[in-house]
Amino acid sequence: MSSPVNKMPTALRFASILFVIVWLTMAAFPFIWTFWGSFKVELDFFSISDWTNAITGKRTLETHGSPFTGAGYNGAWIEEGFLRNVINTFIVCFFVVCTSLTFGTLGGYALSRSGFRYTFWLLIAALIFRAMPPITLVAGYMLPFFEWNLWGILPTTIIVLVAINQPFTLWMLHSFFQNIPKELDESAKVDGCTQFQAFRHVIIPVMWPGVITTGLFSFLLAYNDFAVTSMLLSEGNRTMVPQIAAFLGTTYTEGNIMFAVAAVVSATAPLFVLVMFFQRQIVSGLTAGAVKG
Amino acid sequence: MVGVLPPPSLFSKHLRKHSLMKHRTFFWFFFPTGMAMLLFIALPILSVVTQSLFTPHEAVLVTVETCTPFKCTEETAIDQEATAAIRAAEPLGRFVGLDIYFDRGHLAIIEVSEAWRARVSFADFLSKLNNLPFYRAIAFTLAFTFIVTPLVILMGLVIALAVNTLHAKLKGIVIFFSLLPFVITPLIGALVLFWMIDSRGILGNALQWLAGDPTLSLKASTGLMWISLMVYGVWHAAPFAFVIFYAGLQTLPMDQLEAAQIDGASRFQRLRYVIVPHLMPLVTFVALIQLMDNFRVFEPIVGFNASAHASSLSWAIFNDLGGETQQLSSAAATSVITIIGVAILLSPVLVRTWRDHKRKA
Repeated sequence: MSSPVNKMPTALRFASILFVIVWLTMAAFPFIWTFWGSFKVELDFFSISDWTNAITGKRTLETHGSPFTGAGYNGAWIEEGFLRNVINTFIVCFFVVCTSLTFGTLGGYALSRSGFRYTFWLLIAALIFRAMPPITLVAGYMLPFFEWNLWGILPTTIIVLVAINQPFTLWMLHSFFQNIPKELDESAKVDGCTQFQAFRHVIIPVMWPGVITTGLFSFLLAYNDFAVTSMLLSEGNRTMVPQIAAFLGTTYTEGNIMFAVAAVVSATAPLFVLVMFFQRQIVSGLTAGAVKG
Repeated sequence: MVGVLPPPSLFSKHLRKHSLMKHRTFFWFFFPTGMAMLLFIALPILSVVTQSLFTPHEAVLVTVETCTPFKCTEETAIDQEATAAIRAAEPLGRFVGLDIYFDRGHLAIIEVSEAWRARVSFADFLSKLNNLPFYRAIAFTLAFTFIVTPLVILMGLVIALAVNTLHAKLKGIVIFFSLLPFVITPLIGALVLFWMIDSRGILGNALQWLAGDPTLSLKASTGLMWISLMVYGVWHAAPFAFVIFYAGLQTLPMDQLEAAQIDGASRFQRLRYVIVPHLMPLVTFVALIQLMDNFRVFEPIVGFNASAHASSLSWAIFNDLGGETQQLSSAAATSVITIIGVAILLSPVLVRTWRDHKRKA
């Protein structure tokens, strides 16, 4: 990259490095700060008198005899039974990802291989569905789910999240399938495979990167959802995010906001690990949609 | 031996037949996903529209005559049993047509026309509109959508340009940290920021110190609350725009850039006339996605506990559904209006896609 285009004046170079540092601080500092603060008592994390208390943990030292305390985590995980919500989240995410990918690969493959007019309209319908805020559908679920006693349980939420995921999954997998040459399954069919056999034994093995990337985004959608899970799950079946929202309702009055802080840090950790291991797939997934338009 | 192999033209026709999936095969491949979308997206839309035309049955009133030895009094009381019975028998409620759309909680036709007639000035009319919950929600939703979207694009572009000049080894780690605000659960991201800008948090403290006003609190001011919600919006979505633009910058036409430089184009001119046009399709893509996502703004209002200062269409639906008395019909009416809003927002894209499709066909 030594082309003259990239030679920058010193001032501009300096400004751009400064900007990157400012942006990195904006992006990372809130998480570091909250992580650090989650081991403190409330009077340190929200310190009125002196902000350095949040770093040194003066009040925490006074209360617990050490500048770090696991009291928030103890409160969230043991007293409030946050583990139950964590397990629920992972059950929901696991089934949402598996079902979404099964439905999505079949549908996305069909859309990329059928040249008929209706594939265009199906993709447009999916785009419209993708644009609708999920919460607008919830009012439509409530009454039927109550009437048929489906409300409040995990399977209902899973299938609803799968359906809400489908438009996005279809678009993404469709664009990945388009990149796989049609000759591949054509030759398999000429050799006597059925369409499904061609899909199963020829296309899927070369599709793994695309499937993993799409799976990551399905996971994020299910993991991050608040609108649907908070409305469709009963109190005992809550996943992490609605539970954190429920903590907020009670903690502002009861004064154990550190439970919520600890729960927030706990819920962030899996996402942190996810980005660490799958950074490349996330980036490629984001750009896959853009390049295809 | 002539005739054993089919002529080339026939052979390719045979191949072409294979290349198009048969309708039947397509149907079975598409069946699971189509069913999921039909049952849980298309039908619920119909259900929402239906629900929005009905309102819960009013309580059944009975007049009970209680007589004392001296006189009889008539009292009106709610017949709990009958009320429960009719509500169970017709859970949809009674048909009211478009009444819910026009009531005070939604389009508020009466209140709006009154305010218009009694207006002192246009600003006065607008402030009266702002007291109506629906107009308050739509004002914030639109402001959020149309302020955050351009800022996200601008921010993402600047980050991408800055990161692109870094040493290759640094890029990976910068992208890692940049992705965090984007993948984070929106509610959690909002909470993390909110706890920092709380008047007792570190940013809140810093702002008080900067402004020299120890009583400054974001929670007390509508303007500051709107700004912090929008800051959250940009913080959350800028990484998305950054990653897309960064990918676009990797495919820059180097020859054009060098040609422009030889022709004496300044750094800014090269950005304006070569780089930005090259990224334009990506800008359109980011704008489309961001318009859709910002229009559904909702979690930050919950996370920032900001409902006193800002509300959005999605938040209004959430609030109706989650309250002690579930107002399904009210939520449904707001949902229908929101869906119409999304359709209007999306219509330019749809029209363009359709034209492209026709041209190709």
